[in-house]
Amino acid sequence: MRDLKAVGKKFVHVMYPRKSSALLRDWDLWGPLVLCVALALMLQGGSADSKDDGGPQFAEVFVIIWFGAVVITLNSKLLGGTISFFQSLCVLGYCVMPLTVAMLVCRLVLLAGGGTVSFIVRLIVVGAMFAWSTLASTAFLADSQPPNRKALVVYPIFLFYFVISWMILTFTPQ
Amino acid sequence: HRCPPCRTPGCPPPHGSRPRGRPAGATHGGSMWQVGKRQASRAFSLYANIDILRPYFDVEPVQVRARLLESMIPVKMINFPQKIAGELYGPLMLVFTLVAILLHGMKTSDTIIREGTLMGTAIGTCFGYWLGVSSFMYFLAYLCNAQITMVQMLSLLGYGLFGHCITLLVTYNIHFHSLFYIFWLVVGGLSTLRMVAVLVSRTVGHTQRLILCGTLAALHMLFLLYLHFAYHKVVEGILDTLEGPNMPPFQRVARDIPVVSNAVLNTTAKAIALTL
Repeated sequence: MRDLKAVGKKFVHVMYPRKSSALLRDWDLWGPLVLCVALALMLQGGSADSKDDGGPQFAEVFVIIWFGAVVITLNSKLLGGTISFFQSLCVLGYCVMPLTVAMLVCRLVLLAGGGTVSFIVRLIVVGAMFAWSTLASTAFLADSQPPNRKALVVYPIFLFYFVISWMILTFTPQ
Repeated sequence: HRCPPCRTPGCPPPHGSRPRGRPAGATHGGSMWQVGKRQASRAFSLYANIDILRPYFDVEPVQVRARLLESMIPVKMINFPQKIAGELYGPLMLVFTLVAILLHGMKTSDTIIREGTLMGTAIGTCFGYWLGVSSFMYFLAYLCNAQITMVQMLSLLGYGLFGHCITLLVTYNIHFHSLFYIFWLVVGGLSTLRMVAVLVSRTVGHTQRLILCGTLAALHMLFLLYLHFAYHKVVEGILDTLEGPNMPPFQRVARDIPVVSNAVLNTTAKAIALTL
């Protein structure tokens, strides 16, 4: 129960990204796991009927998120960051949350109907949430980096969230 | 038994040494200690490996930007060996960018891969090309007596992928064949020329230069062609399957020319038939 409260507190931290170290101090991987599974399930849902597409999609989302987070973490360590491996993994995982919300909104919009209007709505939502994710994770991670190299650390983060949000944007249930 | 002086602070004691106060005959505790020590040393070696790689990631954003721009500017100076930055951050990021672009291309072209995911294929292709061709070229450079190290080769080829990234990003979104060929020749050609110029400046002898640069240029340009046509929106492929294999070959080549030539052929054929 206490852990659940901690996870909930971290969600709030991601939603209001402030310069605080609560997300960094006691890391856990429960939140990222839940978010990742939720995102993968929602992305998979559309193609669940066709038999051969469902598996790779789920696995793909999972692999992209974890592999990407590990690569970003290693990169930030190689650039001389002072952050531990799991702390960074935790932050990157929690910052997927805006994108999970975006996915939820996208599914609701797609339920309402397709067309140009729905695409524009989805584009705006996903774009905003993508910016949110990137800003939030940057706010948490940038402090641990030497100041002159922030751009080098932010670029892979940007790429990582960009791939995920692009997957969300192009998702259409069949 | 004294522990030899450690070079780095905080490193685990070397094999065979025991902490003070532990009896040598303690079997269970001893094995536990061994296991723990092995794990500690493994974790330590991982961190040591990161430390080995760290110098190659020692760059500033300005340097990366400058190198990206330089990768498109061939320098015609072959008497004196040109400098190559032994750095891996830029190449690594370019390879990941290429992976993302390839994923995009695969998705839009509805590529279906039976055994494995799109992600795995994209990563495998990009990293396989980067590492494989670098090692091959390094081997060839060794044979041809070129002055280049493995890290420099990786860096050179990695920055050479910048042209690929631009070309594919543009042509996966704008589907014109002529545009692709222009980009292929100009952007891909410039980045290839840059690498060739660097290699030429570091090799002695005409035959060696020809072998080395010919191989690199061919591989680099063909890889771009492959990436474009393997994952591009398959228009010609659909045409092929729809209309059967007994088509004259020139109709499959490009999209805009055959229509015109076809119409011309048809009208001439009709005209001939009418006159006959």
